[in-house]
Amino acid sequence: MTWIGQRVVRKDALEKVTGRARFAADLFVPGMLRVRVVRSPVARGRIRSIEASRAREVPGVVTVLTARDIPGRNCVPVVLDDLPLLAAEEVRFHGEPVAVVAAETEAAAEEGARRVVVEVEELPPVLDPLEALKPGAPCLWGNDNVFKRWHVRRGDVDQALARADLVVSGTYRTPYQEHAYLEPQGMLAVPCPDGGLEVTGSMQCPFYVREGVATVLGLPLAAVRVVQATTGGGFGGKEDVPSIVAGQAALVAWKTGRPARLIYTREEDILSMSKRHPGFVESRYGFTRDGILVAADVRYILDAGAYATLSPVVAWRGTVHAVGPYRCENVRVETLAVATNKVPCGAFRGFGSPQVLFAAESQMDEAAHRLGLDPVEIRRRNALRDGDVTPTGQRLRAEVGLSEALERVALASGWAEKRSRPPSPGPKRYGIGCSVVHYGVCLGAGGRNLDRAGAFVQVMYDGSAIYAVGTTEMGQGMHTVLAQIVAEELGLPYEAVRPVASDTHMVPDSGPTVASRTTVMSGNALREAAAPIRRTLQEVAASLLGVDDPTTVRLENGKAFAADGRTVGYGDVLHRCFLERRHLASSGLAVSPETSWDPETGAGEAYITYAFAANVVEVEVDVETGEVEVLRVHAAHDIGRAINPTGVEGQIEGGSAQGLGYALLEEVLHDAQGRMVNHRFSTYLIPTARDVPPIHAHIVEHPTEVGPYGAKGFGEQPLMGIAPAVANAVFHATGVRVREIPITPERLWRALRAGGGR
Amino acid sequence: MTLVVNGQRVTTDADPCLRLLDFLREGLGLTGTKEGCGEGECGACSVLLNGRLVNSCLVLLGQCEGAEILTIEGVAAGGDLHPVQKAMMEVGAIQCGFCTPGLVLAAVALLAEHPDPDPATIRRAIEGNLCRCTGYVKVEEAIRRAAG
Repeated sequence: MTWIGQRVVRKDALEKVTGRARFAADLFVPGMLRVRVVRSPVARGRIRSIEASRAREVPGVVTVLTARDIPGRNCVPVVLDDLPLLAAEEVRFHGEPVAVVAAETEAAAEEGARRVVVEVEELPPVLDPLEALKPGAPCLWGNDNVFKRWHVRRGDVDQALARADLVVSGTYRTPYQEHAYLEPQGMLAVPCPDGGLEVTGSMQCPFYVREGVATVLGLPLAAVRVVQATTGGGFGGKEDVPSIVAGQAALVAWKTGRPARLIYTREEDILSMSKRHPGFVESRYGFTRDGILVAADVRYILDAGAYATLSPVVAWRGTVHAVGPYRCENVRVETLAVATNKVPCGAFRGFGSPQVLFAAESQMDEAAHRLGLDPVEIRRRNALRDGDVTPTGQRLRAEVGLSEALERVALASGWAEKRSRPPSPGPKRYGIGCSVVHYGVCLGAGGRNLDRAGAFVQVMYDGSAIYAVGTTEMGQGMHTVLAQIVAEELGLPYEAVRPVASDTHMVPDSGPTVASRTTVMSGNALREAAAPIRRTLQEVAASLLGVDDPTTVRLENGKAFAADGRTVGYGDVLHRCFLERRHLASSGLAVSPETSWDPETGAGEAYITYAFAANVVEVEVDVETGEVEVLRVHAAHDIGRAINPTGVEGQIEGGSAQGLGYALLEEVLHDAQGRMVNHRFSTYLIPTARDVPPIHAHIVEHPTEVGPYGAKGFGEQPLMGIAPAVANAVFHATGVRVREIPITPERLWRALRAGGGR
Repeated sequence: MTLVVNGQRVTTDADPCLRLLDFLREGLGLTGTKEGCGEGECGACSVLLNGRLVNSCLVLLGQCEGAEILTIEGVAAGGDLHPVQKAMMEVGAIQCGFCTPGLVLAAVALLAEHPDPDPATIRRAIEGNLCRCTGYVKVEEAIRRAAG
């Protein structure tokens, strides 16, 4: 291997470090209108009127558009298609879009938006999913407010719990989490002379945006071209909701015939864009006295917010991951995604799993404590291994690196010695905790019809090459890894391979850039696309070298090698290709292996493979103030094969930091009327450089047969197990089990005062 | 009014109530300076004003009479990358890149004052620059490398 496993410099490093990279807000085209959105001032009500005459008086305001101006369907298409682009008759959450204002300048658009008066007959909002489930609650969806229910039913849970030596029960709560990508949402829509529309902007999923724009404008998919601009972070927050931003900008462009650009402010971005679902988990686990997990009974409620959007599939992933990476033959999981009058929740790194894993990994820690076992030891005894069956009944191939990951972090952190340290005197108490998780790679049975990806590759006659894929670079390093793959497959220098911006007109629908699927799916698609070009290069090189069997010719770094060591350079090979008019461009399509899911029992092959991780977190807790200082994180991830170890470490470090924010700081709050109160960076706090401790990333490689060179996707996994590891470390430090995150000083101080701690 | 941006004298009759951020981005086309929050919390709009790190979303153009402004476009003005930029590329301190220009300027300001900063000093110097991708681990490493 020449390029696989190398720490090459990112493809986009130079343009980003010099400030030349162009994000959505950096796009300016002549005659461009600026767009702002008018939003619901209340959480729930009927729209009586939308009065825009005073807005139209503002100099520079060109138009004010409402639901009535939408030429196609007033719908943002995702799963149940229940979210309107602009609210028409009723509003269901504070900040819901009602109208758009377009003007010659940002200032005029902003002033115009301020002057639009939305008169709403207020209705009492439903803010708590547990209230929404009670009989007699106002109906927000169907007759029970449940968007979606999922089940796992395996073995005999009641009997296993009755026979267990130990039953551990707990109720766990997790908050709304905001993605806080540094670049706010933004889109530019430009009408084309041929009657079509081009949309460029910040996004994870160009094909979702294309469908969204075509739906609201009533256009064929081929008339809408969507190109990704440099995208400043996503984390799931630019999965489905960019279709909203694009639809709003596109509506203006369509109605005015002029380019229209919409850049969200941070406030409206936090107020109205998707979030991580608040979670509520009731959990009962049964164990033998040796610490073997024999039963898991989990009820998991997700607060979906006002519209279903991605909640049905988020709830599915949460269901599959609900019991964590353990053998367990008696499993009952019931998951409900419930409607409330708050901002709709969607995709966020982990996709419904971090909430339920906080419960699962706290339960395991509690069981270890009650049985007098070391927390690493109880995980060692239950951890999934090669050939084991998952809690949903899927048998694993020999691709399981969980035990190795666990031993790596235990050793590297000095677990055994630190765990047995005597309690520190004084108010500062040391603690160390751990967690293990698994991650189902790609969309799995919950999104099997979407799980394909296209690619295009072309080699130029000078030895440079371009490639295009339909998945996106949002910072995670996709283009670096994919360029390494193209270079490897075609024997080119990495530097010679250039990515093309993700563009719906370049490749077929490649599904979304989510589910940690990009390295696997686009990587496989590129290998497929490169294969015929590679064969051509081998054939031509073979004839130049006088070799009979072209398959024996090795291509590497701009040279072709015969088996006897003779070489010919790509200059000669490609010149010959030119003279012979050879075809050096090709497309490829990767289709995910089959998956399955029985809706009654959850049985089946849920995912094509799994990544695994183990985390150790060390803390110091001030028992007088409730403050938790994280001293160190060790995180080991089995990712199959690291195509770029630097990128892998970056994912582990960044994901762990985001997990620490989730554990200790981050929480979107609403007032009693359902209005969000902390939609700013001054009130919604994310970790700064001083909040994040040293994070030690460890790479474990148990290759999978389904990924390129054995690689598994894993970008979400680093966040998933951090919160329970922190809570378990706090338990070790204080003797207080915190079952609700974030563990703010106030929350911990109250728990310490309530007693139970040391 | 007159100010110096990236070593070039600029004379303008733009509204002195414009945010420096908007003047740089829309007036001068220097879009490397980013807007992440508009309230001085994220540091994506960091520039150096007379050598001091400021959030350009909180500075009005009228406050910049005669001032020297350095933006990301001026950091490698001679064509050579600053050691901080080189180190950030080498160690992998860049992911989405939206916070990167601000972080580069924070690091440039730090190294001008402390040529050999310890990790705690580095963390203090960049605490006003939010990054959601990297966890700051490789950013700190890059600044140490640039200093060393």
